[in-house]
Amino acid sequence: FHTLFMLQVENVKLLDRYTNRKAANGTLYLTATHLIYVDASAEVRKETWILHHHIATVEKLPLTTAGYPLLIHCKNFHVAHFVIGQERDCHEVYTSLLKLSQPVKPEELYAFSYNPKMSKENREIGWKLIDLKVDYQRMGIPNNYWEITDVNKDYEVCNTYPPEIVVPRAANKAVVVGSSRFRSRGRIPVLSYLYKGNNAAICRCSQPLSGFSARCLEDEQMLQAIREANPGSPFMYVVDTRPKLNAMANRAAGKGYENEDNYDNIRFKFIGIENIHVMRNSLQKLLEVCEMKSPSMSDFLTGLENSGWLRHIKAVMDAGVFLAKAVKDEKASVLVHCSDGWDRTAQVCSLASLLLDPFYRTFKGFMVLIEKEWIAMGHKFSHRCGHLDGDPKEVSPVFTQFVECVWQLMQQFPCTFEFNERFLLEIHDHVYSCQFGNFLGTCHKEREDLKICEKTHSLWPFLLQKKQELRNPLYRGFTAYKELQPNTLPFSFQFWCGMYNRFDKGMHPKQCVLDHLLSCMSQKMKLEDNASELENKLPFLDGPLPSEACSLSKVGCAASKTPMLNTPQDYEGEPPPVLSNGTSAGDIDVTSDVDQKYKENLSHHRDLHDLNDAIDVLDSEAKDGKPQHH
Amino acid sequence: MEFAELIKTPRADNVVLHRPFYLAVEGTLCLTGHHLIFSSRRQDNAEELWLLHSNIDSIEKRFVGSLGTIIIKCKDLRIIQLDIPGMEECLNIASSIEALSTLDSVTLMYPFFYRPMFEIVEDGWRSFLPDQEFELLSSVTDEWRLSCINKEFSVCPSYPPVVVVPKSIDDEALRKVAMFRYGSRFPVLSYYHKKNGMVMMRSSQPLTGTNGRRCKEDEKLINATLRPGKRGYIIDTRSLNVAQQARAKGGGFEQEAHYPQWRRIHKCIERFNILQESLIKLVEACNDQSHNMDRWLSKLEASNWLTHIKEILTAACLAAQCIDREGASVLVHGTEGTDSTLQVTSLAQIILDPRCRTIRGFESLVVREWLQAGHPFQQRCAQSAYSNSKQKWEAPVFLLFLDCVWQILRQFPCSFEFNEQFLIMLFEHAYASQFGTFLGNNENERSKLKLPQKTMSLWSWVNRSEELSKFQNPLFEANSLVIWPSVAPQSLQLWEGVFLRWNRPSKFLDEAHEEMINIIKYNKELQAKVNALRRQLAEMETDDRMQENL
Repeated sequence: FHTLFMLQVENVKLLDRYTNRKAANGTLYLTATHLIYVDASAEVRKETWILHHHIATVEKLPLTTAGYPLLIHCKNFHVAHFVIGQERDCHEVYTSLLKLSQPVKPEELYAFSYNPKMSKENREIGWKLIDLKVDYQRMGIPNNYWEITDVNKDYEVCNTYPPEIVVPRAANKAVVVGSSRFRSRGRIPVLSYLYKGNNAAICRCSQPLSGFSARCLEDEQMLQAIREANPGSPFMYVVDTRPKLNAMANRAAGKGYENEDNYDNIRFKFIGIENIHVMRNSLQKLLEVCEMKSPSMSDFLTGLENSGWLRHIKAVMDAGVFLAKAVKDEKASVLVHCSDGWDRTAQVCSLASLLLDPFYRTFKGFMVLIEKEWIAMGHKFSHRCGHLDGDPKEVSPVFTQFVECVWQLMQQFPCTFEFNERFLLEIHDHVYSCQFGNFLGTCHKEREDLKICEKTHSLWPFLLQKKQELRNPLYRGFTAYKELQPNTLPFSFQFWCGMYNRFDKGMHPKQCVLDHLLSCMSQKMKLEDNASELENKLPFLDGPLPSEACSLSKVGCAASKTPMLNTPQDYEGEPPPVLSNGTSAGDIDVTSDVDQKYKENLSHHRDLHDLNDAIDVLDSEAKDGKPQHH
Repeated sequence: MEFAELIKTPRADNVVLHRPFYLAVEGTLCLTGHHLIFSSRRQDNAEELWLLHSNIDSIEKRFVGSLGTIIIKCKDLRIIQLDIPGMEECLNIASSIEALSTLDSVTLMYPFFYRPMFEIVEDGWRSFLPDQEFELLSSVTDEWRLSCINKEFSVCPSYPPVVVVPKSIDDEALRKVAMFRYGSRFPVLSYYHKKNGMVMMRSSQPLTGTNGRRCKEDEKLINATLRPGKRGYIIDTRSLNVAQQARAKGGGFEQEAHYPQWRRIHKCIERFNILQESLIKLVEACNDQSHNMDRWLSKLEASNWLTHIKEILTAACLAAQCIDREGASVLVHGTEGTDSTLQVTSLAQIILDPRCRTIRGFESLVVREWLQAGHPFQQRCAQSAYSNSKQKWEAPVFLLFLDCVWQILRQFPCSFEFNEQFLIMLFEHAYASQFGTFLGNNENERSKLKLPQKTMSLWSWVNRSEELSKFQNPLFEANSLVIWPSVAPQSLQLWEGVFLRWNRPSKFLDEAHEEMINIIKYNKELQAKVNALRRQLAEMETDDRMQENL
């Protein structure tokens, strides 16, 4: 087993930045993929795993009396503060991590070596789980106005678009090609979402190469075709998601925005979402606030304000709400772009779809949405997430902001999403983990060149296997809510402690309602099985049940939960418990002689349940997304 | 005085009521001695709004032509607008509301007129008597006694007639200690920690003055609570600076030299107008409809409300920590011992004592640590966030306490028998109520007003099963442990249920709550069914066996 370790260092302390408790003491190991810390001082073996790809920065801090500190910041906002006894060891870990966390070639990414022992067929089926064509069909496309075209099959129109795109039928190849010459990087207007209720569409593209006065007939025809594909509305919106000043500055570089005079019946509008650099700096400031050691309330709130983070989240949300309202209330189509149309445009279009269509609020739908608006349309995950050693100025938390907007919606509409917060966190983790192929590269063509379908696994089947823990117990089903109209007054936005202070367990509620309800859901299944089994054994039973049964049930319930451990922390104290859940999930007291049998039945039942929901052919070894070595 | 004199226009028609998130409704407005009643005339969907005059914090009037508009701001933070046709009617109604909402005599308040429409199962005035509490205490320790020294409120006007003190201290000594403590609030027992026998006491500041006066009996009293060789902690809810300044006015703090077994810790909790201003600023920020994130965050910060929450919780956690973790006894006081002191002692009990997290236990805590302990409710809750009076004694001390409880509840959602609605209900009744519970400033005043005889207790109403069901937390599972909340800024949140209650629709959150209740209820029913079936099966099997044996 130990031959797997590239490096092993004893006598390493792991400090907890939240409490003043005694530091853990243990051993640090480096494998090809992970940093593993094993706490020897704990009564129960406690391991901390950090994926090399998750490491954003490694810093050596000045020597302390305890030893040589090494501070690791992760892209999933985990901060690990190690203190290593020997300088030589510290330096070795440091240089190893620098190398391991910044691979140079794509082939070095975890996804290419990750082997969950799954058959080739199953892996291929996994990649076919999400089929965007099916989603277009769901919208009713192709129809009289829209068609799926393979005009981009050789990436000749746009090398960052997928081979198949949806454009108006009225736009022939000449219009498409002509328009592509007038759009930054050839990213022509294509359909993102068609609102079946009234034929209004959300389309997306990049900025026009208009400069100060240039125009393009085909591009004008393209917009006309989009507008006319929605005969119910005499006009369409063109939304530039950039601040006006930024858009104007682009004109000097021969880019810019649409001139209302050149396009028939468009209403042009700026929505000021800041660029990737502003967002990167904002997140940096936010994280500094999150990391402050015992800040006062004022420090925290002032820091939160100065980071501008929630202001940006609100701007993205406002834009999404504008799009959804334009489509639903004004029945107008909207064309959205920013500069290249792969950051802000992706955020805003996917958010609007989520507001308009309950399908995207299901597990499957959310996967489709990410595949469609982010992966297929060329959001540059590799650059934005810094998968490879590259330009740090290309890194930006664009996708993180989208995920947060979804979380903010969950806070306002707790019964409308099929999945819970943990699903978002899982996805966010894997966008950075490079464990699965979905988020590698920058666009469809690049992923094709990397042969990700042949060489890597898709994330989605793995998440579906974990559906039971990722579901939202309060979900009221697909039909309960249609469009969402979120409140975007500033007080409707909360700081997302579960994301940015996710690894500071001490800050989170000590008892978790979600866990409690999830355990109710699994208990429900057990009880239903129990009840039907018992009913079968009582063939002569009829009439109402005895009423005194209620008092009995309470006894059963009260005894079932172990109270959680908890210790004082901030105001001085000892380590908080490592329990992630307040109440122990799943261990329900169904005491009886027939119990064992039911448990067996249950596990059988559950497996079936999982498999029906995911793909029924996946090997059981691949069940959890935990790293497996080979 | 007749209320009729104050009501010149008792009724107005064609009045339009505006509330956030509701369509405007037209109807009739009526004024009675204690209520403003609005009733819509629509036959299909008749709607009535009853508002206690005492709930009205401030009113504003505006005129456009002969159409008058009255904006009513309530102590529960809601704002409603009434459009009243006719200048004279509007002026009359406005002046009546103004007069009726600011009656200066307590005995004119609604509780003295209210006749309950429900059957009284249990008289709330007798639900939480000190003797019963003491009986519980005597079952675990015999080191304390009930003293009737304050029977006629003669020793300490703001204390209840009976208090719990160390058995070894006689009434004569208590009298001397009372002379040495501000407002005669000598140290009394607040909480006994069964787990290790440590106690929490509370008092007011000692009157040491500038020349360092001391009182042997005071020292003896508080030392009586220490185990041999053990130290205790004095938690002074003022900063050292404030405590030092208090000496100039005859007050002060316990000198190390005279209290060598005690370690003093200063925790700064703000008072009076600073808290009142904080509330005013917070509510103003919450009502700001501008779409500016920076402005919201900066106003939220500038209100300092959450800072106060953090300070109070931290002090309470510290007190709890001294008792539970350090195994030390604690004395808590600030200046008067009627505000921040009570916040700390009552919150510490919620952390330490699972009983305080039940409905009944929490009610008992409010009675013991707030009502009987002499928190001046009538003064503090005279006005709320829309007040413009500059009275010094108004302060949202109790609301801050409830907010802190909510913060703990949010962090331990399964450890409380009651839900958020219960806390909101207490907030409402503390400021305006048909019940007499929160009238008066202390037991002395309540007894003079004969509240138990003349008014109904809030507890008589709340503790009926019809009402209780609204306040029960479906997630509750009795938890006998000490619960340690986090006081990190990231862990503390704005109490939306109170401060954003009227500023956003709650439909989706209500539905989530409903869903949660249904899930848990269904499981309980299912469990009951399984148990019943199982028992039936067992009975049948026994029957079979018996028949076989026969």
